[in-house]
Amino acid sequence: MNINLTIIGQVISFAIFVWFCAKYVWPPITNAMEEREKKIADGLAAADRAVRDLELAQDKATDQLRQAKQEAAGIIELARKQAGVVIEEAKQKAREEGERLLVAAEAEIEREFNRAKEELRGKVAQLAIAGAEQILQRSVGEAANSELVDSLAARL
Amino acid sequence: MASESGANSSGEYIAHHLTNLTFGQHTDGTWGIARSGEEIARMGFWSINLDSIGFSVVLGAVFMALSWAVARRVTTGVPGRRQNLIEITVEFVNNNIKSMFSHESKMIGPLALTIFVWVLLMNTMDLVPVDFIPALAQMAGVPYLKVVPSTDVNVTMGLALSVFALVLFYSVKQKGLGGFAAELSFHPFGKLGLPVNLILESVTLLAKPLSLGLRLFGNLYAGEMIFILIALLPWWGQWALSVPWAIFHILIIFLQAFIFMVLTIVYLSAAFAVEEH
Repeated sequence: MNINLTIIGQVISFAIFVWFCAKYVWPPITNAMEEREKKIADGLAAADRAVRDLELAQDKATDQLRQAKQEAAGIIELARKQAGVVIEEAKQKAREEGERLLVAAEAEIEREFNRAKEELRGKVAQLAIAGAEQILQRSVGEAANSELVDSLAARL
Repeated sequence: MASESGANSSGEYIAHHLTNLTFGQHTDGTWGIARSGEEIARMGFWSINLDSIGFSVVLGAVFMALSWAVARRVTTGVPGRRQNLIEITVEFVNNNIKSMFSHESKMIGPLALTIFVWVLLMNTMDLVPVDFIPALAQMAGVPYLKVVPSTDVNVTMGLALSVFALVLFYSVKQKGLGGFAAELSFHPFGKLGLPVNLILESVTLLAKPLSLGLRLFGNLYAGEMIFILIALLPWWGQWALSVPWAIFHILIIFLQAFIFMVLTIVYLSAAFAVEEH
């Protein structure tokens, strides 16, 4: 219970320990702790951000999917329409071609008919001359008669 | 242990356990270790309690070495066990500082940490069985040995006076000599009650280190005393009292270290606070 030099020794050692602690112990440990706190906070923030990013990406993906589906549907619709148009056109063309062929055929027929008529006319003229020759039994100048017969034939 | 030969030897046993290993100048002029309580008393102020100083310095050095080893290889990643232990302690101290000390100071953290751990370690020496180290020391020829430094009033008052010196230093530093004097002079009753103020405030100021040092000393001294008294019981019955008391004492050990730290922080916080008058 006696107060003696111990008290001064204690003050000195206390001062040394506090100095040592302030220089070598406290700063590095508290700094490390603060840094770790910051790291953890950053990590948590990054995780939050990642979750948000994921949500955004998912939203975007569904959006794009929907858009793609819409586009595909549009394209299909357009294709169907175009197919209809093409078929319609083909039908139209076929119809036109058919009509053209018909007209051509008719013209051919007419031409054939006229040719046959001409031929027939010639033959009829000859036949008529021959018939007239035989009927008249007399030789009429062919040149004089053929004029007559030609006008006859033209009236046919 | 010493209960064989009656009350006298019990008294001697207790006295022996409460005497420090003191080095100083004998009355005949030679320097050496005191062999009795009277010799210590005659040595006066110019003597030193080797056991108190020795154990307290060793304990402080152990903590400093441990924490320095951790601090040198401190990692911001996953801490190891030792780093964890130190970090928990540092964080505990730091949280107390943050809740009680609102000023900016580089000194308060190391100060509070040193006080808390050092006092805690010194108090923990109380859990070493009372006869264990002294008996070993006696075999080695050392007459007295008190293993709990905080049962020595020199140690606790040394700490308390250091804190008091810091309180005075920072009071003057923050408020100026005039500001500090004004705080002591004009406080409870205004300018008219100056003499009364001065007396009241001086008592308040001086009570701080006294209560700080004597509280720790008283608690630990009493605790040690009870351990010594329990040690006087027959050996087969001691456990019935010493075990509950030791378990309860764990609380006191921690609580006293904690109180010492908290009061240090509070006193310094008051020293830093610049009040408007």
